[in-house]
Amino acid sequence: MTLLRMFPVLHATSGSAWSDHPGRLALTVLGIAFGVALGVAVHLINSSAAGEFSMAVRSLAGEADLVVRGPRSGFPDALYPNVAKLPGILAASPAIELDAQLAGRRDTIKVLGLDPFRAARVQPHLLAESRDATFDLLESDAVVLSRAAADALRLNVNDVLRLQAGSDVIALRVVALLPAGATPQRLAVMDIAAAQWRLGRVGELHRIDLKLRPGTDARAAARELQSILPPAVLVATPQAEAERSAALTRAYRTNLDMLALVALFTGAFLVFSTQFLALLRRRPQLALMRVLGATRARLLRLLVLEGALVGIAGSAIGVAAGCALARFGIERLAGDLGAGYFGALAPALTIDPLALLIYFVLGIAFAVAGAALPALEASRRPPALALKPGDQEEALRRLHTALPGTALIAMGLALSQAPPIGDIPIAGYFAVALVLVGAILVAPRCAELVLSRLPSTRYAPAALAAAQLQATPRQVAVSLAAILASFSLMVSMLIMVGSFRVSLTTWLDQMLPADLYVRAGRVGETGYFTPEEQTRIAAVPGVREVVYVRSQNVFMRADRPALSLLARALPPHAVRPPLSFQGAQLEPLPQDPPPAWISEIAADLLGTQIGSHIELPIGSRLHSFIVAGIWRDYARQNGAIVIDRARYIALTSDERVNEAALFLNADSEAEGIGRRLREALPGAAGLEITSRRELKKISLEVFDRTFAVTYALEIAAVVIGLFGVSAGFSAQALARRREFGVLRHIGMTRRQVGAMLACEGFAVGGFGVIAGVGLGWVISLILIHVINRQSFHWSMDLHLPWQPLTALALVLLAASSITALVSGRRAMSDEVTRAVREDW
Amino acid sequence: MLTLTRVTKSYGGIRPRQVLCGISLAVARGDFIAIMGESGAGKSTLLNIIAGLDTADAGAVLFDGVDLAALDDNARTLLRRDSIGFVFQAFHLLPHLTVAQNVRLPLDLGGVARGEAAARTRLMLDAVGIGSLADAYPRTLSGGETQRASIARALVHEPDLLLADEPTGNLDSESAAQVLAVLREQVERHAAAAVLVTHSHAAARSAQRVYVLSAGKLEIAPE
Repeated sequence: MTLLRMFPVLHATSGSAWSDHPGRLALTVLGIAFGVALGVAVHLINSSAAGEFSMAVRSLAGEADLVVRGPRSGFPDALYPNVAKLPGILAASPAIELDAQLAGRRDTIKVLGLDPFRAARVQPHLLAESRDATFDLLESDAVVLSRAAADALRLNVNDVLRLQAGSDVIALRVVALLPAGATPQRLAVMDIAAAQWRLGRVGELHRIDLKLRPGTDARAAARELQSILPPAVLVATPQAEAERSAALTRAYRTNLDMLALVALFTGAFLVFSTQFLALLRRRPQLALMRVLGATRARLLRLLVLEGALVGIAGSAIGVAAGCALARFGIERLAGDLGAGYFGALAPALTIDPLALLIYFVLGIAFAVAGAALPALEASRRPPALALKPGDQEEALRRLHTALPGTALIAMGLALSQAPPIGDIPIAGYFAVALVLVGAILVAPRCAELVLSRLPSTRYAPAALAAAQLQATPRQVAVSLAAILASFSLMVSMLIMVGSFRVSLTTWLDQMLPADLYVRAGRVGETGYFTPEEQTRIAAVPGVREVVYVRSQNVFMRADRPALSLLARALPPHAVRPPLSFQGAQLEPLPQDPPPAWISEIAADLLGTQIGSHIELPIGSRLHSFIVAGIWRDYARQNGAIVIDRARYIALTSDERVNEAALFLNADSEAEGIGRRLREALPGAAGLEITSRRELKKISLEVFDRTFAVTYALEIAAVVIGLFGVSAGFSAQALARRREFGVLRHIGMTRRQVGAMLACEGFAVGGFGVIAGVGLGWVISLILIHVINRQSFHWSMDLHLPWQPLTALALVLLAASSITALVSGRRAMSDEVTRAVREDW
Repeated sequence: MLTLTRVTKSYGGIRPRQVLCGISLAVARGDFIAIMGESGAGKSTLLNIIAGLDTADAGAVLFDGVDLAALDDNARTLLRRDSIGFVFQAFHLLPHLTVAQNVRLPLDLGGVARGEAAARTRLMLDAVGIGSLADAYPRTLSGGETQRASIARALVHEPDLLLADEPTGNLDSESAAQVLAVLREQVERHAAAAVLVTHSHAAARSAQRVYVLSAGKLEIAPE
């Protein structure tokens, strides 16, 4: 039968069911719409931001075919002529590239030092349009700003840009603005010589952008180039550069996408619950259709079509709402939804029609999947049996066996052990989905076991509620599917985030032992303390001990973001720095190379373990180290390696530091020491002096902000789940109208009927809480030990946050009791007595 | 015990229809009366008004001297719980309760002690001849057995008045005769009154008095 010919029948069967209960239809459609909207919004925001980020990275390379890139410490500019004169190179543009801290502000701006005449051939869009401005740029205090930078800093031509350089502040005159569309990022372009001098990088380069002669094979040229470069300097295509930048945020973006899909997943369970319960109620009607000649296949198609129509309506609303939500999100929360990954980038919303289509189809697919099982059951039931009263629970008899569900859970747990694919824990996500679906399939059997143990009571409404639930455990479980899915995921997120927060707090206590932390520039790479300044810091009265840290970034692989190399002094007589070590540590033997202590993230990324030897590019050469310990680090997402500062100075002669940890005398007061430090250092304006307590507070605030969106998405899923509970109770209340009528006839007061429904809601909610917490705990283990570990390489200790878990459980209990009451309000109206009277 | 005085009831709408026109009726303890009438004659409406499930437009319904119109919904519910039993044409046993649980429901709602409720339920089930089916679920019973259970539930709390709506409407003639016999016997045993609404002349013959409701008027049926 064609789809068109099915519509009259659909109108006759489904149309009346929908028009009789428009509220429930609306809830189901909204459930799907909500899920699709969140998926679309999160995806659009993420892809817009990532696209803009990638474009920003690529815009620096301009028309270059290859980019030679060194670590943040740079490479000698003497390398430039060797590169430029290679055959096949048409043009070469040397540059220094730094994130400089804005004086008096907490944020940074990217500074690119270019040779304007060479850049004109490779990155012409990074030069001002007027020829005069290009000549003006040769001045040592001149800077050209991108439009994004000018807008963000509210600067115009002839205004002054102030940057932190070392512990000094330098003033730069804005001589021109870059053309609109040159780059989306906040960028300040200087003459290369001026930048090297003013930012203390004389003789250093960070990148050389290369344009190849026509017909030159880029891969061959890259190989040849790499052979003449020092180990710490790598060659990559601009595309690879952009991909490496995208890798920085991929895990975060994928996790958010997955979380958004949870809402859609919950929506599918909502369709499953409502459709199952609605079809149970419509059983005689459907059986009658079969009696009148509708074939099994036709009935099945009809009911699946019902689900598809719900999906189409929900998807259409969801896609439109998702676009609006994305626009709102990108304006209010920027591209990273509050997590701070994309820095100062202010992306514009890019609507991707293919993504919209995918989410539209996903919404329909989820709705059809939700409707398929109930449709299959309804079409298979022999009409004679379906027409018999009390057949509803029989319809769910197939759910009696826990075998398929148990098998899915076992498969999920087995899958959780699989490694990530392309740094994304694909198997982990599938494991969560399988465990979730498996648990929902096992839920009816569990409901049967749990509800059969409800205590007996003399209180008639409670006893009646218990009897009702004991007789219909599978219907209870079906109505709980959506809330079980969302609640358990919420519980798992609470446990994961709670575990993370407690682990972070412990880590902060361990990693921040000093009283005060002083940084030459809070962020960026242009702030540092010279040895002379270090002496002055140590000499400040009240300071008992100072531990200095020099941080650099080093590229270990061309396709990976740079790792942080931290050179810090070991405490007197200590063989290792005080870090949050995980597992055993190693004390190198005399014949071993010097020790390096690597973060868990670095260990995962480099595939190393205790005792492994690693080659670190320090000072333009590779140096061998032995991994002497693996430590937990929540601060540097791309990995960090700690080495002894004495060794670092020996290898590089670089005695500068970025940070100083100050231990004060017992009678010293932090505020007074801070004042004295500013007096002791001439460029005190850019100093960041933070107490341990403040640093901890800031860190936890950043943590909470990062997870705010996560919570918002989870709460959305729980709301959809509550729709499911509401739809479930409402379907049951409708199906039981006659029962309520009989009870009112034989003397049950409205209050008693209300109490009975509230008891049912409470018991169902209670089962949901027990099952949800248990399931959530299992999923949280996968989140903590598989998904988080594989996505972000962070380990954490399991911690159950009882307070929020209890609060969430109480909310669910209250919500299900109230929902049951509200859904059953018809039971307490006069209409119910009419339900019985219909027979008179 | 039950007195209806000039009870009038109309249903609204575009063309209002007067269903009951000044009905008066007195039912004393031990009475067993039947009300016959065509479909739509107003039998159900009359039964609803007697039970306090519907209200009359005019006239009074006194139950043991208490005017039902003066009672609120809660008080009318409590009156039904304590003093009235119902037998429905469609039986209306709750499918998720066993026969015994269904029958003892009025006792549980009335707060009767657990042991006493169980004993009274057992006696009642034996009295209607389905003592062996106490633990069975309604879906496993025949029509006659289900109606016996329904009668047991209607009488277990020893109400003053039994209201039965087409109690044999869904039964074959043999089962119907048995159910009517049980009904009559139990009403007499509990010294209650019964009002039976029926289409069936055979059922009506079991009553002491038979009324006919026609055109809104209630009249004694001719012999």
